[in-house]
Amino acid sequence: MASQAVAPAVVRTRSSGTGDSVARFVALFFATLLVAIAVLLVDQLFVRSAPARESLGWGFLRGTAWNPVTDQFGALPFIYGTVVTSLIGMLISVPMGLGAAIFLSELAPAKISNALTFVIELLAAIPSVIYGLLAIFTLVPLMRTYIEPFLKHSIGQVPYIGDLFSGPAYGVGYLTAGMVLAIMTIPFVISVSRESLMAVPREQREAALALGATRWETTWQIVVPYAKLGILGSVFLGLARALGETMAVTMVIGNAPAVHTSLLAPGYTIAAVIANEFAEAGGKIHPAALIELGLILFFLTIVINGMARLMIVATTSKGSKRA
Amino acid sequence: MRKTVLTCGVILAVGASIATAQKITACGATFPEAVYQKWFSLYHTAHPGVEINYTANGSGGGVKGVTDGTVDFGASDSPMSDTELSAAKGKILHFPTVLGGVVLTYNIPGVSQDLKFSGDTISGIYLGKITKWNDKALVADNPGVKLPAEDIVPVHRTDSSGTTFIFTDYLSKVSPEWKSKVGAAKAVSWPASPLGGAQSSGVTGLLKQTPYSIGYIELLWALQNKLSYGLVKNSSGTFVKASMESVSEAAAGVTMPDDFRVSISNASGKNAYPISSFTWMLIPAQIPDAGKAKAVKDFLAWMLGEGQKVAPTLFFAPLPKAVVAKEEKQLALLGGAGHASAAKPEASEKGQK
Amino acid sequence: MNLRTWRLLVNATMLTLTGVCTVITVSVLFVILGLLLYHGASSLSIHFFTQLPKPTGETGGGMANAIVGSAQIVGIAALIGIPIGFIAGIYLSEYEDKRFASFVRYVADLLNGVPSIIIGILAWALVVLPFHHFSGIAGSVALSVMLIPIVTRQTEQFLREVPLALREGALALGASKWKMIATVAVPAGSKGILTGMILGVARIAGESAPLLFTALGNQYWGGLTEPTSSLPVMIYQRATSPYEDWNQQAWAAGLVLIAMVLTANILARMVLAKGVSLPRG
Repeated sequence: MASQAVAPAVVRTRSSGTGDSVARFVALFFATLLVAIAVLLVDQLFVRSAPARESLGWGFLRGTAWNPVTDQFGALPFIYGTVVTSLIGMLISVPMGLGAAIFLSELAPAKISNALTFVIELLAAIPSVIYGLLAIFTLVPLMRTYIEPFLKHSIGQVPYIGDLFSGPAYGVGYLTAGMVLAIMTIPFVISVSRESLMAVPREQREAALALGATRWETTWQIVVPYAKLGILGSVFLGLARALGETMAVTMVIGNAPAVHTSLLAPGYTIAAVIANEFAEAGGKIHPAALIELGLILFFLTIVINGMARLMIVATTSKGSKRA
Repeated sequence: MRKTVLTCGVILAVGASIATAQKITACGATFPEAVYQKWFSLYHTAHPGVEINYTANGSGGGVKGVTDGTVDFGASDSPMSDTELSAAKGKILHFPTVLGGVVLTYNIPGVSQDLKFSGDTISGIYLGKITKWNDKALVADNPGVKLPAEDIVPVHRTDSSGTTFIFTDYLSKVSPEWKSKVGAAKAVSWPASPLGGAQSSGVTGLLKQTPYSIGYIELLWALQNKLSYGLVKNSSGTFVKASMESVSEAAAGVTMPDDFRVSISNASGKNAYPISSFTWMLIPAQIPDAGKAKAVKDFLAWMLGEGQKVAPTLFFAPLPKAVVAKEEKQLALLGGAGHASAAKPEASEKGQK
Repeated sequence: MNLRTWRLLVNATMLTLTGVCTVITVSVLFVILGLLLYHGASSLSIHFFTQLPKPTGETGGGMANAIVGSAQIVGIAALIGIPIGFIAGIYLSEYEDKRFASFVRYVADLLNGVPSIIIGILAWALVVLPFHHFSGIAGSVALSVMLIPIVTRQTEQFLREVPLALREGALALGASKWKMIATVAVPAGSKGILTGMILGVARIAGESAPLLFTALGNQYWGGLTEPTSSLPVMIYQRATSPYEDWNQQAWAAGLVLIAMVLTANILARMVLAKGVSLPRG
């Protein structure tokens, strides 16, 4: 517009005419619509889960039975499975992701860093069902034939910890689901951590190096702690994603509504049971119980996402150029 | 954005032009899924104006769908209970379609022979009392078969399933412990089955992929997926393999009640297959849309005639002639909006209670 | 060894490890693509794109209805979600109502983080339940709810990046605020905004969970008011079925889906990388 030499034919006064009021109203309306949708979501989750909440009460959170016939429903196996698989996923993806983020922000030349980050972010765009497809036909047989027996016969023999790796090697189960989640969350960890690391002022690094620190020492003892809030934020972001992940997990979790100690055992997550059972849940309590599980998952992800957001916003406002 | 709008316009136009067909939705049992899909496909070829879209999401889904009215009719291998029937908005009629058998399929590397099972061994496995393939009881029933010392992995259906009902109904009849501990239903709390699959396809998939597993699926699923399945001891003491003949024999000894709700598991009969069952289409007596009502009625008439000839090609036993005749009488009761003959239980002479 | 050597050793090892982490992560993408190509390419044929599915257990058939169904469902979702998200994004960027705007922003971020299956429950409650049947429009509603926050935040972000000088220039020349937004700000940020829309649509096109109990599925062509098949749901059903040729179809469909999603993503990011455009860009 700056290059346009011709001024408008009619010079209008800059009063907020009807055009502006209408525009403002329309914009406000749609913004409110967005809020209304969110409110509607929470409302429906509460209202539709009421039959279950009323008849099952707080015991729902502790219960381990899941019997649609006798209307006994307990959330514990699903909460347990959701948490365990997500934790396994994060335990794998955070070290790996942080490592890659460090490489991309500190070591790689800018062009390579950008190109590789681009490729890694593509991983985040791959639909969940495709991860599931790959997991069923590639990862599960691998787990069943090689990895799980190996774990059973190595760590599985150690007292106490060994219980985590006991039982038959089905191929499906908590561990496999955790590994799939690791692959799915790593792009988020890398992307946000890398930005947080890159936001650390150059002076910090230069000062450390000037004092004789090695690259690694500079990175690990100066840069990473400086960016720790953003990195933590990326972890929470990944965690929130992992908790809500549905398709890929459903395809490899084994669908067993029980709490099992062994990571090699099949389990269930909240998202998976809703995906499997919701379409044909009949009666009054069963659908409501599933929706109540959805409510729990909703709160879980809201809280964790909220925390992630706080941390990430805090870092980017600390010393970077991003608005 | 222009691209999106343009594509949308084209898609909608295409969709609208196809919309003139009579579209009927149905959902339910996976037990007879193959034969139903075949029927609907053949019927569509013969009557291009009728599309029957069947979603096999399990018998529970079929019952729920027809109760809630989210589909035009449902399908289930477990007849609707009195409670389920009273929950429906209108009267629901049961139309048996075919006879099938639930087989015990297993995946034991190295064992290709047909294994023999009895009510005791099957309930033992699923109760968790028999945990290894080379358990005494299994070895005793299968002399000459080298059974490995591996853990048995019993697989179950996770969704609300008529196949589960047939299986647990049989187990309740042969094992008092099963009856008191678990019972018979479309979905139960499995004491000893760690792996679950959704719909027959899910269970079959798990069986194919998991060594040393055992599961209960309809005969055709086992055949089409080349899974071994065992013989089961019937109430006369004979080990019978599921087939059209043995399943038909199970139905032969049972009188069909007027409302068509009957169980034929553990039937008497020398060569009767003990885990057999009818499977039903659940048809609302009053289908509000007249066009749909007629289409459904015509389809059912076709099903009772031509359809029955197709069933054996997929290893389902056709209905006994007496049952077909009885169903044709019930067919006359089906009406669309305005048919007084298809009122709710109180008015009907046949009464569902 | 002395301290210095030790420190140098640690330095070399750890830095190499970070490189290894990167290599592993990047190669995962190529492994995924490779596997999809390997398994899926052989099942891709003209039949796949033009035929309807065959009955259970029969070989052959295709996924024409799933492809068209996906296009329908995603198309309608875009029609609903993009305008709402776009204008809400304009609101957030152009009208500084301080507290309400930050509240809306907060809600948009929250909505973004809600698992897709929970959004499916909302659409089920709003569309499937009252009308008593599954439908393509229910699926579209679910997907549009997912699309709105994405488009909102992207629109806001790229509008904010339009230089203040540009806006003030327009206002100084006498344009009213809405005219300035429409003719200056939005076109200036159009590249980024459009990118956001494309990425958002690509994201919802791959979603399967919210469609499981809204649009459900169909052996034939579906429609707005009927259960409709979609590519992601088909992949799920075929992958979890025991029939080998259905598994093959799942691979082929996976290849098609990932090709679409990745192409959209790559194109969008390449466009974006060229920078925010000035008018006439």
